[in-house]
Amino acid sequence: MSLVTHLPGAGVRKRGRRPTAVGGVGPLGLGVAMLWLSLIVLLPLAAVTTRAFDNGLIGFWDAINAPAARSALILTTVISVIVALINVVAGTLIAWVLVRDEFPGKRFFNALIDLPFALPTIVASIVLLTLYGPRSPINLELNATRPALIIALLFVTLPFVVRSVQPVLIEVDREAEQAAASLGASNRTIFRRIVLPALGPALLGGAGLAFARAIGEFGSIVLIGGGIPYETEVASQYILKQIEVDRPVNAAAVSVALLAISFIVLLILRTAAARSRRHETGS
Amino acid sequence: MVLDRKATLSLRALALGYLIILLLIPLLLIFFRTFEDGVAAFWAQVTTPASIAAIQLSLTIVAIAVPLNVIFGIVTALALARGRFPGRGIVQAIVDLPFAVSPVIVGVSLILLWGTGGWLGGLAGLGIQVIFSLPGMVLATIFVTLPFVVREVEPVLHEIGDEQEQAAATLGASRMQTFWRITLPAIRWGLVYGVVLTVARALGEFGALIVVSGAVSGESQTLTLLVHSRYIDDHNVFGAYAASTVLMAFAIVTLLLMTTLNRRRELE
Repeated sequence: MSLVTHLPGAGVRKRGRRPTAVGGVGPLGLGVAMLWLSLIVLLPLAAVTTRAFDNGLIGFWDAINAPAARSALILTTVISVIVALINVVAGTLIAWVLVRDEFPGKRFFNALIDLPFALPTIVASIVLLTLYGPRSPINLELNATRPALIIALLFVTLPFVVRSVQPVLIEVDREAEQAAASLGASNRTIFRRIVLPALGPALLGGAGLAFARAIGEFGSIVLIGGGIPYETEVASQYILKQIEVDRPVNAAAVSVALLAISFIVLLILRTAAARSRRHETGS
Repeated sequence: MVLDRKATLSLRALALGYLIILLLIPLLLIFFRTFEDGVAAFWAQVTTPASIAAIQLSLTIVAIAVPLNVIFGIVTALALARGRFPGRGIVQAIVDLPFAVSPVIVGVSLILLWGTGGWLGGLAGLGIQVIFSLPGMVLATIFVTLPFVVREVEPVLHEIGDEQEQAAATLGASRMQTFWRITLPAIRWGLVYGVVLTVARALGEFGALIVVSGAVSGESQTLTLLVHSRYIDDHNVFGAYAASTVLMAFAIVTLLLMTTLNRRRELE
């Protein structure tokens, strides 16, 4: 789905000197669009950012360094990294099977991948509770444990890596693989030297999206996670709790810290993806 | 890369096993739990006054948020695809921002902007209650669904180019005529896809809404909030399953629409 594969074409059209393009919306339309984006997205985020520093830099630092806040932020980040890594392996495997393998029911499984995008997160939570919660039919009670957090996050982030790797795997040059095989390369070598480098940027992109989603996730965790401070309480749960006890500045500070972590990781992964893409085309 | 039969089969088993354990079994189980006491029990839970009010509120939010996102989404996509202006990259990043922001942070930021003491909190004094009421829930829903229409429509606009639009303009069509006759028909499938994603996400939003809603039963409770409160506050697990199944039915319809639309777009 095209959420994952980000649009190319931004610089494709030649730069014409036209003040207002014919089919475009003109300066008025641009103004309307900007006003809309500012009112809906930018102003609220600006409000949360300024509120985070209401008590100055030291106040901000104290808020995110409070024991429960720090523990929630670290737990969220570590678990999101684990989830992103599992997704890289499982997502590549699933994409591989869906592209290279043929079996009955393949279309069904392919459609199933998007289910976590379509399913409300709170339903994901309930769905996982039926299997891993009280009355678990497989006798595996995981609610309010860290493994439960990981399972819930794996559920909601499943599509990202699969959907970014799949199109690349379809396009990958199979002749290079055949040539390598005829030269005596083992499957392992072919995968490591030919397939994996081609998948690199897509994998990093997908992992980044999965990480960003995991780090901010709330709905799928809220029922199965338990929200036990220092144990299973993730950052978004901590933020909500601070709002409920009427400490908006603390909530804002942890929000800003969470956004910062997410953006830094996305930036690093995007840079790495660009570098590996350059490496791919350069070699 | 040619794998032998054994390797192929074990990879297939691993991949499908992962999908079945993580997605399929839990889903089937919840259907089973919902209907194990018969359809009547399910129906009774879905038609309680609180449940009907929740369904109505969810649909009301969709009915307000989706058209707004369609209109402003098309305008934004047109501005991004056809316009040349400084800072275009920044606007692109702003459009993607809601994907990277936690729903809870969306809710918190709306409270801090529109709530008492916020920059626009003065509206409450004028009798316009935003937070803990419908406008706040609509704003939250618009925030989280903002990227979908833009992101589905913009690539199509790039793809179709503007030759036809220019031809129409040369032949004397007004800007509105060009839009209705040329642009809109060309982007329709991308737009429909974007709307499907927007509706699905709007119906399913939870994190942002729980922060801004105050969740008064029957008054500001959407279907997702109802699932939560039935499970947590009322210990009505079966009722939570029933409401989840309703939401799941919407999700499956969404999935079917997505698959059909994708096939249709590939055909064109």
